[in-house]
Amino acid sequence: MPGSKAELRWWSYLITAVAIFGLWHLVAVILDSIALPTPLTALSAFISGLKEGLISHSLISTLRIVYGIALAFSLAVPIGLVSHETRVDKFVAPFIYLLYPIPHIVLLPVIILLFGIGDLSKIIIIAMIVFFQILVTTRDASRNVSGNYIYPMLSLGASRKEIYKHVILPACVPKILTAMRISVGTSIAVLFFVESFATTRGLGYLIMDAWSRANYPDLYAAIVTMALLGFSIYVVLDQVEKRVCRWVYV
Amino acid sequence: MIEAKSLTKTYPDGTGALHDVTFDIRDGESCSVIGPSGCGKTTLLLIFSGILKPTEGKALIEGEDVTASLKELALIFQDYGLFPWKTVYENASLGLELRGFGKRERKRIVSALLKDLDLQGFEKYYPKQLSGGMQQRVAFARALALNPRILLMDEPLSSLDALTRENLQNFLLQLWKQKRMTMLLVTHSIEEAVFLGRKVIVLSPRPGTVIKTVDNPQMGDLDYRIKEVFFEKCREVRQNLDGGAI
Ligand SMILES: Nc1ncnc2c1ncn2[C@@H]1O[C@H](COP(=O)(O)OP(=O)(O)OP(=O)(O)O)[C@@H](O)[C@H]1O
Ligand SMILES: [Mg+2]
Repeated sequence: MPGSKAELRWWSYLITAVAIFGLWHLVAVILDSIALPTPLTALSAFISGLKEGLISHSLISTLRIVYGIALAFSLAVPIGLVSHETRVDKFVAPFIYLLYPIPHIVLLPVIILLFGIGDLSKIIIIAMIVFFQILVTTRDASRNVSGNYIYPMLSLGASRKEIYKHVILPACVPKILTAMRISVGTSIAVLFFVESFATTRGLGYLIMDAWSRANYPDLYAAIVTMALLGFSIYVVLDQVEKRVCRWVYV
Repeated sequence: MIEAKSLTKTYPDGTGALHDVTFDIRDGESCSVIGPSGCGKTTLLLIFSGILKPTEGKALIEGEDVTASLKELALIFQDYGLFPWKTVYENASLGLELRGFGKRERKRIVSALLKDLDLQGFEKYYPKQLSGGMQQRVAFARALALNPRILLMDEPLSSLDALTRENLQNFLLQLWKQKRMTMLLVTHSIEEAVFLGRKVIVLSPRPGTVIKTVDNPQMGDLDYRIKEVFFEKCREVRQNLDGGAI
C-alpha cells in the first residue's frame, strides 16, 4: 500500500489532537470553573483576539525567540564543532564545566542592567540559555566523531577545512538539530518569564495581563497562541531535519 | 618502488605495533601481507599513506620519505571508510572532488566505474541500504576513480561471503593485470594472499616483524586456485605463520 505509512502518521496526530481537546473539554465540564473554560470558549476568544492585536503580540514573541535561538546557534555551533580539536577543547571543556550547570536565568538582573529593559536583553537571555544547550550537545557530538571517519579523508589528501565540511559537520548535524528542538521548549519558557514584566508587548505580557484582569478566555487565547508558537517552530525544525538528515532515516 | 626500511611503530600509549619491518615492492608488483590479528598490518598501511609517522625507520615511495598522502596512491580501508551521510555516488566521487575535478569529469569517471562494479542504479542509495559486498565495491570505486599507480588494501574482502569474495578476488586480479599498478594487499586469508600476491610477506604476532617473504611467481591466472602449486604455496605460507595459528 503506497503512502500508507505517511497516512497512518497523519491520522495518529489527528487522533491525538482530538483526544487532548476532548480531555480538556471533559475536565472543563466536570470542574465547571470560570478558571478553566472549554476549548470552544478558548477558541472563540482566540479568534476574536486575532482582531485585537493577538497577531502583533505573537509576532513580537516569535521574533524574540527566533533571534535568540539564531544568535545562540551561530555562536554555539562553530565553537562546538571546532572543539573536535583537542587544542580548542582544552579551553571549551572547562568553560562548559564551570558555566553550564549554573542557572543562567538568575543573571537576568545583570543583563537588564547592562543592556536595558528592551528587546535586546530578552533576546540575550534567551540566547544565553539556549547557547549552552546547543554548545554542550554539539561539542559532545564533534568530540565523538570517530577517527575511522578522519583517516579516509586524510588518505584522500583532504585539508582541515574539507574534513569539517565533509565529515565533522554532517556527522554532528542530527545532534545539533535535536539540541535545537529541545531548545525550543526552553526558549519559550524563558520567553514567558522575560515577557511577564516590564513590557507591554508579547504573549507573556498578554497572559499576565489577562490573568490580572481575571479574563480567562483571553488568558487561554494567549496560552493557546504560545503553545502554537512552540508547535510551529518545532514543526519547522522537524521538516528541516527530515530534509537534511535523510541518511539517518533511510 | 615501495620500501620499508627498519620500520618500527610504537603508539603513544606504549603499544608496540611494528618492529624493524623491512621489505620492498617493485613498480607494478603485487604483494600480500599476512599476519595474525593485531600484528600491525593496518598500522603499516597508515604509515605508507602518510597518516601515521613511524617511530623509527623509513617508509619510502620512489625513494622519497612519505610525509603526506600521495596523489598516485589510494588506500581501501578495513571497514570500507564510507560516510553514512553521503550517497553511493557522493562517496565514490569524493576523492575526485577533493582533488579538484570538475562536476562533469567526476560524473564521467564515477558513472563508468559504478557500472563496471555492478552498482549502476544505486547512485542515490546510502551505504546502510547496501549489502557488505556492495559497500566494499563502493570503496573500490572511490579508490579506483583516482586512477592510482599504487593501491593499498586493508583486508578488503574479509567480511564477505565466500562467493562474493572470490568474485572480487578475480576482479582484483584482472584489474592488476590490466593496469599493472603496484598493489599491497593486507589479508587474513592464506588462499587470498597466495592468489593475489606475487610475493607474500608473513608477519609475526605483535609487534609485527617480517618472518618470511614467500616468492610466488606462478600467480596471475584465474585458475591458479585449482593448481597443485597453489596448494603448495598455501602450505608454505601456513608453515611460516607461527604454526598456522590465526
Ligand atoms: N591509535 C592506537 N593507539 C594505541 N594502540 C593502537 C592504536 N591503533 C592500533 N593500536 C594497537 O597496535 C596494534 C596493531 O594494530 P593494527 O590495527 O595495525 O593491527 P592489525 O594487524 O591491522 O589487526 P587486525 O588484523 O585485527 O586488523 C594492536 O595491538 C592495536 O591494539
Ligand atoms: Mg587491521
